[in-house]
Amino acid sequence: MAATNEHTVLQFVTPSSTASTTTQVLTARIHPLVIFNVCDCFVRRPDSAERVIGTLLGSILPDGTVDIRNSYAVPHNESSDQVAVDIDYHHNMLASHLKVNPKEVIVGWYSTGAGVNGGSALIHDFFAREVTNPIHLTVDTGFTNGEGTIKAYVSSNLSLGDRQLAAQFQEIPVDLRMVEAERVGYDVLKATAVDKLPNDMEGMEQTMERLLTLINDVYKYVDSVVEGKTSPDNNIGRFIAEAVASLPKLPPQVFDNLVNDSLQDQLLLLYLSSITRTQLSLAEKLNTAAQML
Amino acid sequence: MATMARSFLQAISKDEAVAPPLRVVQIEGLAVLKIIKHCKEFAPTLVTGQLLGLDVGSVLEVTNCFPFPVRDDDEEIEADGANYQLEMMRCLREVNVDNNTVGWYQSTVLGSYQTVELIETFMNYQENIKRCVCIIYDPSKADLGVLALKALKLSDSFMELYRAGNFTGDKLREKNFSWMDIFEEIPIKVSNSALVSAFMTELETDAPVSQGDYDRLQSSTTPFLENNMEFLIKCMDDLSMEQQKFQYYYRNLSRQQAQQQAWLQKRRTENLARRSAGEEPLPEEDPSNPIFKPIPEPSRLESFLITNQVSNFCGQINGVAGQNFSRLYLTKALHEN
Repeated sequence: MAATNEHTVLQFVTPSSTASTTTQVLTARIHPLVIFNVCDCFVRRPDSAERVIGTLLGSILPDGTVDIRNSYAVPHNESSDQVAVDIDYHHNMLASHLKVNPKEVIVGWYSTGAGVNGGSALIHDFFAREVTNPIHLTVDTGFTNGEGTIKAYVSSNLSLGDRQLAAQFQEIPVDLRMVEAERVGYDVLKATAVDKLPNDMEGMEQTMERLLTLINDVYKYVDSVVEGKTSPDNNIGRFIAEAVASLPKLPPQVFDNLVNDSLQDQLLLLYLSSITRTQLSLAEKLNTAAQML
Repeated sequence: MATMARSFLQAISKDEAVAPPLRVVQIEGLAVLKIIKHCKEFAPTLVTGQLLGLDVGSVLEVTNCFPFPVRDDDEEIEADGANYQLEMMRCLREVNVDNNTVGWYQSTVLGSYQTVELIETFMNYQENIKRCVCIIYDPSKADLGVLALKALKLSDSFMELYRAGNFTGDKLREKNFSWMDIFEEIPIKVSNSALVSAFMTELETDAPVSQGDYDRLQSSTTPFLENNMEFLIKCMDDLSMEQQKFQYYYRNLSRQQAQQQAWLQKRRTENLARRSAGEEPLPEEDPSNPIFKPIPEPSRLESFLITNQVSNFCGQINGVAGQNFSRLYLTKALHEN
């Protein structure tokens, strides 16, 4: 190769300088549904495939965070030197999903397995043609290092002068976030099998027990500090003082009135609903038992 | 795949045999999350979606689901909707997801889901699938920290009645059928693959108190209760309208019978007169006379459904009021300290 006079510099072309419109991607937020989806697809993969790839759907928030909300698997074939992705399938699924929720667009793609390899770069290129600056998510289903890690990468191109050398995958922070409704079912969803969904009163009971444990813990801590067993931590002390001070200071009479009023309201409602129930059974008797000659 | 093949064989072999009654619906966490997400995103619009899974013995397993797009106008999108369904099923089959339809899910507002449309959809599904179930999710209760997921099925006796299309008082009394027998609620079990639960346990910190607990402890349930009461009152109005229909019917019936008696009397006196005059007696019945036309009895289906709804609302109010009691006593105890 002929020697060149100018210095060739290894350039990191960051996404923000190439694309004029996209902002720098700061973090990725993932909804647990995506993880469930990925695991499910991994479990169902055909035996020949070692890993599963798929598309990530979501939206880009105005402050640059990418919100990943949904995903679907895409069949692909991978051998040592080439990768084939079923593009038609990908487009079909995308069209179907857009029909339901037109706001969720492609934001990237995922693959199971620990690292990023050559095949991934090719697939990433393909996705880069669909959307500017796709996110690559790896979900380590093999649990290497004894833990399942979820990492997200953005790629930037390494070029030497005019030639494309490689694509560098830079890791970006990942944040697991949950909507309230999902959080409700969360304990239920964590276990491998739950026998029945807890109804209102049982949930209440659980909550109260937990609150009691918390209060007990705080008590124990305060006791041990007073007795000198543990060194006092000012921050914790301040938190406790704040918590205790946040109880509204009402004179006992007013508070009693308040509580009694609410109690009476609830009793009224219970009474109303019991009356309605009685009315219903009466009405039913009248309707079906009436006979005409 | 092996289990799917086995259950297909089983299904084919015991074609004529009666399947064991459905006892439990087993849902995967994935399907639950999808349902929650879809219903919550589109609240307060009501949305529906399809459930996919396997029917094994007395357990109905739901392993996946997909949402239906919201239809704006029905005419042109009929064919579109069917295409969408076929497309989704085909695509899902390619990634080895069970694409057996086992039912559908829908969201509801404050639990007012018992309508005639629900029953019709059930009957439609029942024609093609032997066992189908409808899952109802109520996103408004999530604010109170409760996962309001219910699995419903039409009871067999009700389905026979509906097919006969006959809801008159006699038939119902024969079968001893009350409004409680229309829907059967089936307990739900949630199951997860080991991989998923491993991930979840690791990703979520095991805090002693979760956000769900905070939601449950908040004492401002007034909006929920108010909405419930409003719906309850409206339903009671509907119920009283149905009652009035029945009253009207009975009044008409008794009037008609009185008329018939009077006419019969007249005929009898006429006949006596004729016999004494030696003429042919006239028949005692006259089917062409309008007062003999039988009046159709109004169907009781509507009133049953409304009764179901009212009972649902009452149950909800009871539940929330009970919770409020505990909360109030809790605050009282805290304050005394």
